[in-house]
Amino acid sequence: MIELDNVAYSYGGAELFSALNLQLAPGSFHFLTGPSGAGKTTLLKLCYGELIATGGQVRLFGQDSRSLDRDSVADTRRRIGVVHQDCQFLDHLSVAENIALPLTVAGQTTQAADLVDLLGWVGLTRQADQLPPQLSGGERQRAALARAVIMSPEVILADEPTGNVDWEMSQRLLALLVELNKMGKTVLIATHDISLIRAAKAQVSARVLRLKDRRLQLAGADL
Amino acid sequence: MDFIARVLTLLSGDPQADRAVPPTGYTARLTLLTSGAMAFLAVFALALSLATGRLADRWSAELAQTSTLRISAPADQMDAQTLAALEVLRTTPGVADARALDADEQRALLAPWFGPDLPVETLPIPQLIEVIADGTGYDTAGLRARLQAEVPGAVLDDHTRWREPLVEAASRLRLLGFVSILLIAGATGAMITLAANAALAANAQLIRVMRLVGARDIYIARAFVRRFTLRALLGAAVGTAIGTLAVLLLPSTDAAGGFLTGLGFQGWHWLWPLTIPILAAFVAFVATRQAALRTLKEQS
Repeated sequence: MIELDNVAYSYGGAELFSALNLQLAPGSFHFLTGPSGAGKTTLLKLCYGELIATGGQVRLFGQDSRSLDRDSVADTRRRIGVVHQDCQFLDHLSVAENIALPLTVAGQTTQAADLVDLLGWVGLTRQADQLPPQLSGGERQRAALARAVIMSPEVILADEPTGNVDWEMSQRLLALLVELNKMGKTVLIATHDISLIRAAKAQVSARVLRLKDRRLQLAGADL
Repeated sequence: MDFIARVLTLLSGDPQADRAVPPTGYTARLTLLTSGAMAFLAVFALALSLATGRLADRWSAELAQTSTLRISAPADQMDAQTLAALEVLRTTPGVADARALDADEQRALLAPWFGPDLPVETLPIPQLIEVIADGTGYDTAGLRARLQAEVPGAVLDDHTRWREPLVEAASRLRLLGFVSILLIAGATGAMITLAANAALAANAQLIRVMRLVGARDIYIARAFVRRFTLRALLGAAVGTAIGTLAVLLLPSTDAAGGFLTGLGFQGWHWLWPLTIPILAAFVAFVATRQAALRTLKEQS
């Protein structure tokens, strides 16, 4: 699905990481961890075509991301659901409209029943008509997750999805992501929350990758 | 047909896509005001261009067919020379008509300088004969030679000296009118581009989100293009309506009789202003589309 082959990324003359290899197989569950500034968010951006690697090759669904034109990048993003820590909503649209936005930009009709089901799945039925600034941190994260999955993407990338929520809410979000993985979705979560990773390993077979010293390593039994 | 279908699609729009881009107050007002003001000016440029075009054509046609014979002679010979000149003209091939201006007509000609009650009969002013050529025209050199022999006090003025500069001036004015319209269109495009760039910059976060969820550049651009095109169309329609009304209310040529009062539209030319809002919308469409696609490319 997503393959990184000997990938390097430099920014402003400084190399953020190099010789990085990663394969996200269908239905796999990965955590990406590492210290702040190690490049977790950059790595995720490479995985959904927001950034282009300065070395090596990133293949998105078999295609070299460097060879994708702008429309193809947009089409590829419809196959990848992204959840950001800061959620990134359009504040003038309701929660329901924000969640349905991927369908809107793809020119697809939003089925009201499906949207209601999705809102119910993330527990935001009552908040459907509210504006994003009216939501709590946990509600925003769940809305972002609902938006990420409304197109039924094959891959879900989450960047610190539990960064702004309490333990209970982080468990609830994790449960949703695990449920998606059990439905066959490929999941990659970037987080520095070790307790979240430990909790997840009790529920799902997850590989933990650590980005450290400009290299990607498979984390050991210490997790 | 495909083009018309695309235009209709653009105008009808996608309500969902329109909702995604929030209205931006000051760029909306700027676009409306700019296109309205420019359309107002374009109406006058168009009226000037069409009026001077008519003027050039009329002067060219009228002056090409008329000329003036001026007879300067002592008072006791004036009538005889006038009759002789008329006889020469009557027998000249290519002259359709020739007539001597009477005292009232000569007084009217001098009235702008000397007032209405000038006693022309007591003044040693030349007798004027209006000569009208037929479609083929006459031999000017031959007529001059005959007049020199038979009417020594006659001078033939075929208006060439001042006809050509006048017609050229009118033609230049017509050209200036069209150039003005082009400049107005260019200025409108530049201002709408600035407004579109401001709107795009103000919506950078929105563009990021739209891209994140898989929006293509053309989808994002279309939301801005449609909005600016419709604003330009509306503003220009209002500006055109006010401009056309102002032209309509100008004093008529008949009432004032001056050159400038001839500024306006005649006949089917009144339909020309209808093209101004369409031109403004087209300029806005092209300007916004270019600005949006360029900005989106730069932001990626």
